[in-house]
Amino acid sequence: MDLLETRAIGASLERMDGRLKVMGTAPYAFEQRVDRPAYLHPVQSTIARGRIHSIDTSAAGRVDGVIAVITHWTAPRLASDESKELWVLQSNEVHFRGQFIAAVVAETLEVARHAADLLRVEYEPAAHDVGFRAGREDLYAPKTVNAGYPTDTDQGDAEHAFNAAEVRMDETYSTPMEHNHPMEPHSTVAVWESEKLTLYDSTQSAHSVRNAVAKTFGLRGEQVRVISPYVGGGFGSKGEPHAHNILAALAALRVPGRAVKLALTRQQMFTLAGHRTPTIQRFRLGATRDGHLKAIIHEVVEQTSRFQEFAEQTAVPTRLMYAAPNRRTRHRLAALDVPKPSWMRAPGETPGMFAGEVAMDELAAACGLDPIELRVRNEPERDPESGHPWGNRHLVACLREGARRFGWSGRDPRPGRRPEGDWLIGSGVASSTYPRYVLMGSRASIRFNDGRYGVRIGAADLGTGTWTTLTQIAADALGCPPESIRLEIGDTDLPNATVAGGSSGMSSWGWAIVAAAREFRRRHGSRPPSGAEASAETPEGADDETFAQHSFGAQFAEVRVNAQTGEVRLARMLGVFSVGRIINPRLARSQLIGGMTMGLSMALHEEAVMDERLGHIVNHDFVGYHIATNADVIDLDAVWLEEVDDRSTPMGSRGIGEIGIVGAAAAIANAVYHATGRRVRQLPITPDKLVT
Amino acid sequence: MKTSITLRVDGEQRSLQLDTRTTLLDALREHLGVTAAKKGCDHGQCGACTVLMDGRRVTTCLSLAVACDGATIITAEGLARDGTLHPVQQAFLDHDALQCGYCTPGQICSAVGMLEEARAGHPSFVTKGLALAAGLSDEEIRERMSGNLCRCGAYVNIVAAVRDAMGKTGFPS
Amino acid sequence: MTPFDYERATDASSAVARVSAQPNAVFLGGGTNLVDHMRLGVARPELVVDVTRLPFSAIEPLPGGAIRIGAGVRNSDLAADRTIRSRYPVLSQALLAGASGQLRNLATTAGNLLQRTRCAYFQDVTVACNKREPGSGCSALDGHNRDHAILGASQQCVAVHPSDMAVALAALDATVIVLGRHGERRIPVTDFHRLPGNAPESDTVLEHGELITAVELPALPVAERSAYYKVRDRASYAFALVSVAAALHVSHGRVEDVRIAFGGLAHKPWRAVRAEATLRGAPATEENYRRAAEAELVDARPLKHNAFKIPMARNTLQMLLRQLAAGAR
Repeated sequence: MDLLETRAIGASLERMDGRLKVMGTAPYAFEQRVDRPAYLHPVQSTIARGRIHSIDTSAAGRVDGVIAVITHWTAPRLASDESKELWVLQSNEVHFRGQFIAAVVAETLEVARHAADLLRVEYEPAAHDVGFRAGREDLYAPKTVNAGYPTDTDQGDAEHAFNAAEVRMDETYSTPMEHNHPMEPHSTVAVWESEKLTLYDSTQSAHSVRNAVAKTFGLRGEQVRVISPYVGGGFGSKGEPHAHNILAALAALRVPGRAVKLALTRQQMFTLAGHRTPTIQRFRLGATRDGHLKAIIHEVVEQTSRFQEFAEQTAVPTRLMYAAPNRRTRHRLAALDVPKPSWMRAPGETPGMFAGEVAMDELAAACGLDPIELRVRNEPERDPESGHPWGNRHLVACLREGARRFGWSGRDPRPGRRPEGDWLIGSGVASSTYPRYVLMGSRASIRFNDGRYGVRIGAADLGTGTWTTLTQIAADALGCPPESIRLEIGDTDLPNATVAGGSSGMSSWGWAIVAAAREFRRRHGSRPPSGAEASAETPEGADDETFAQHSFGAQFAEVRVNAQTGEVRLARMLGVFSVGRIINPRLARSQLIGGMTMGLSMALHEEAVMDERLGHIVNHDFVGYHIATNADVIDLDAVWLEEVDDRSTPMGSRGIGEIGIVGAAAAIANAVYHATGRRVRQLPITPDKLVT
Repeated sequence: MKTSITLRVDGEQRSLQLDTRTTLLDALREHLGVTAAKKGCDHGQCGACTVLMDGRRVTTCLSLAVACDGATIITAEGLARDGTLHPVQQAFLDHDALQCGYCTPGQICSAVGMLEEARAGHPSFVTKGLALAAGLSDEEIRERMSGNLCRCGAYVNIVAAVRDAMGKTGFPS
Repeated sequence: MTPFDYERATDASSAVARVSAQPNAVFLGGGTNLVDHMRLGVARPELVVDVTRLPFSAIEPLPGGAIRIGAGVRNSDLAADRTIRSRYPVLSQALLAGASGQLRNLATTAGNLLQRTRCAYFQDVTVACNKREPGSGCSALDGHNRDHAILGASQQCVAVHPSDMAVALAALDATVIVLGRHGERRIPVTDFHRLPGNAPESDTVLEHGELITAVELPALPVAERSAYYKVRDRASYAFALVSVAAALHVSHGRVEDVRIAFGGLAHKPWRAVRAEATLRGAPATEENYRRAAEAELVDARPLKHNAFKIPMARNTLQMLLRQLAAGAR
């Protein structure tokens, strides 16, 4: 690997978009200035399955200020139904409760919403099925799971080895349906003018939205422009386009020349922005008496929508964590009348490592071993399934460093030994992991003008720090100070960029910038003339898999549990990560503690509850669906091993956006066990599960 | 029904003709182009729409604009004077107390309002004996700022920023 | 939201007359519950009468040591009031346990009393709810009822009253002062909110058009040693799973006086008269605190998802009384 010489990389530069953000003037999608906008308010189905029989729009149409009422009878025809999710207002079919079935365009927000309320819909409902259970007879194996991984894997004879093992652990864990809930709701402002559609959007990939919208509408790519400079969070839910993008564009076609503004309500975010599937995971571990694993069996049941498949790769992290000669992983899906699941921070790793890392804790207890020692004993020399050598695996170092910082030695492993008044104190540990992904197809262009280098690439900053970190990478790649760089991102008029997902952004875009910079210097030397330019893509072979390249980490948590009420409160939390070279320590720490905070929230608070009679999520707002508040987060910090990954990217980095959440919930669950002696295997760990 | 109101927003007198249904939040965002107040939930459950109204921090999504006629509003944009950031804003930058930035203006107005409340001796739920000591502990800051959700999880840095700003704004500590 | 006229009331009597005369008129305080419901379509008034400029914003001492709290006093100001903090700390704590700093700056005393249940089915106009539409059914009865009532419920409605302030007021024997077309009346707060019975659409005993003008607290020495505990799923900004307001005076090892009210258990704040009767004069022991709690909860009827509220309420009361007796709060 031809590593960059670093000067800007590694510096804790202040966030470049920070000033605009603290003043509140950075324009998010809905805030982009447009002339005389019209407002769009959708109508959603109140049945989970069936057909629309009729929609009486007469009352809505009479409201002063209504511009258009759009139903599947009147909506413009789309060209491609390759994505069922994006096949919006094209048929009378209803696939899930909350689906878009009509929309009102009006002069004001209030008129649009009021008129939408006046639509009278009659349905031909069909019996719906949203019953998520492990015992269903119609569970099926998808062809692959998300990110193209095999659905099932087998090595040796796991069942036999498990049954013959000296120590056996067989438990079932479950995680609930969860929602990403970025603070900025999904929003699009769409304008159709002179055969061109412009979308001001909030997305993790402007080019993905452009491509999907162009395809769906049968437009040429050049006819669609997506602009997304500032994104108020995504966490995966803005990684692919969703129905609201199409709805806004449909409405724009109906009122050519006028901008149409749509922002999902928080309630609508529960059905139209993707979700993390609930999981039921049976985890079996068979080991020798001194804790050497002989068998690992991880069987996952999760859901998908009936109309379009998404299979979360929940058992995949199990395939690489620990050594054992006999292994089996399985994914089975229940196809239900629910919205299509989608990515939520570290899909697969997050729920899978909850089960796996609590299971390891249970095995440690059964073997009478310290949980860190158990993991050290089962550290695999090579990737257990592919057999590939590791490219920089440092899990054990993270566990040891964390143990030292957290004060793990001298911990009495027996549960329930630390009462403090009405509170029980306990601590727990869990491993963390996330793959190193590089996505192919990003291109960066560099143009020198007036003493500055314009760097252009359609990347995205969702709070991830891209505005700053790509500037740092460009500076070092070109050998100039960051002040000489003028970065442009978040626009399809810029060169193609892959999605801000899979923690691959810095690696993929950064590599493209490095390649472009090297090409620039090769062509124009160190004193380029004004107007000199060059461009390049992430090079061939960047996603090479000769080495198994993954990041690892260790999560430590201490909790307090009220023995009277069952309330669980965090006391302190530490994550130690091995993630390659850190581009910007200040921003990296924010990403990691952000992920850990989301993991805390997952452990203790989050659950979307489906009412099966209605086929809808009952707790569809922030009062019912809890995310962690400021008061929940006590003494939480993240550190990393100082390292440079010489295999991963020329920056020496690997990607850090998602690993923070992985393992966090398990560490907390293990801490709750240590505090109380009660093992809670179903998230979230709420007081009702502990009160006696 | 339409109605006329005036508001003083970030130092400027503004007059509006509005539907009575328009909230203060939408009046700011859609009618006045003041987007520092942000819509995160529109139901008073997240705090992203927080501004200072007549000196107090309030959520704006559940306030009818017509009921606020005559009010003085300061948003995060108005806290900065002549390009100089308010100490709380500067502290947020110094401590990277933001990531995506969507909750940030609301956090900042909330912090400014909260420090005023503490200065006036207002207790919080965690104030021992309901008697506020000289300064705010981290526990106090966390509780008082809990009306502002942050999904990016910048809380740890938000607390550090508020603590820092507290010291710089002459707050006894 | 349906269109509506907005008027600002200049005096209480005309406000009462105005709203009384129009069936779909409502009073507007801080708006933190009403506007929420208007946006959800749960409330559809055609006339909104803003009463925040009426002269009800003072907290005044009354002869004999009682306190009069204006209906328009903001929750944050009430919680911060020095007299309330020292003489009725449970009220201050209860207020501070509710909502967020920003919401407390807007919410008024009257509005807090009148806020409606946060039952997710009540707030969703696309599902059946007897409180919204009498006779349409109760979706919570066989639904997701983790947050719902274990005391005083009916087959028509299992909703819970969400206010923390009201729980403290119930423990303190507060009185609600109300102005109607026919003059003023005084309603003990424990009679102000109803149990659902067969008329779940009525949260309170108020007639349409009646306006709360004040809440009075009696002089109550036992309130000086009082506190509020709120059990929540997260550390802040959440409604109660169970809450307890309690005041306790122990002398020579015996309970001389006690006041207890529960939140999160019923359609109204639950004044725990049986628990109080069990405790008055009895030795101030943990065992007696527990017995008192059990006496109060003997008629608890758990639903499918909220049986945990029984041990939670019992344990919380026991813990809070123990802490009050020890002077720990």
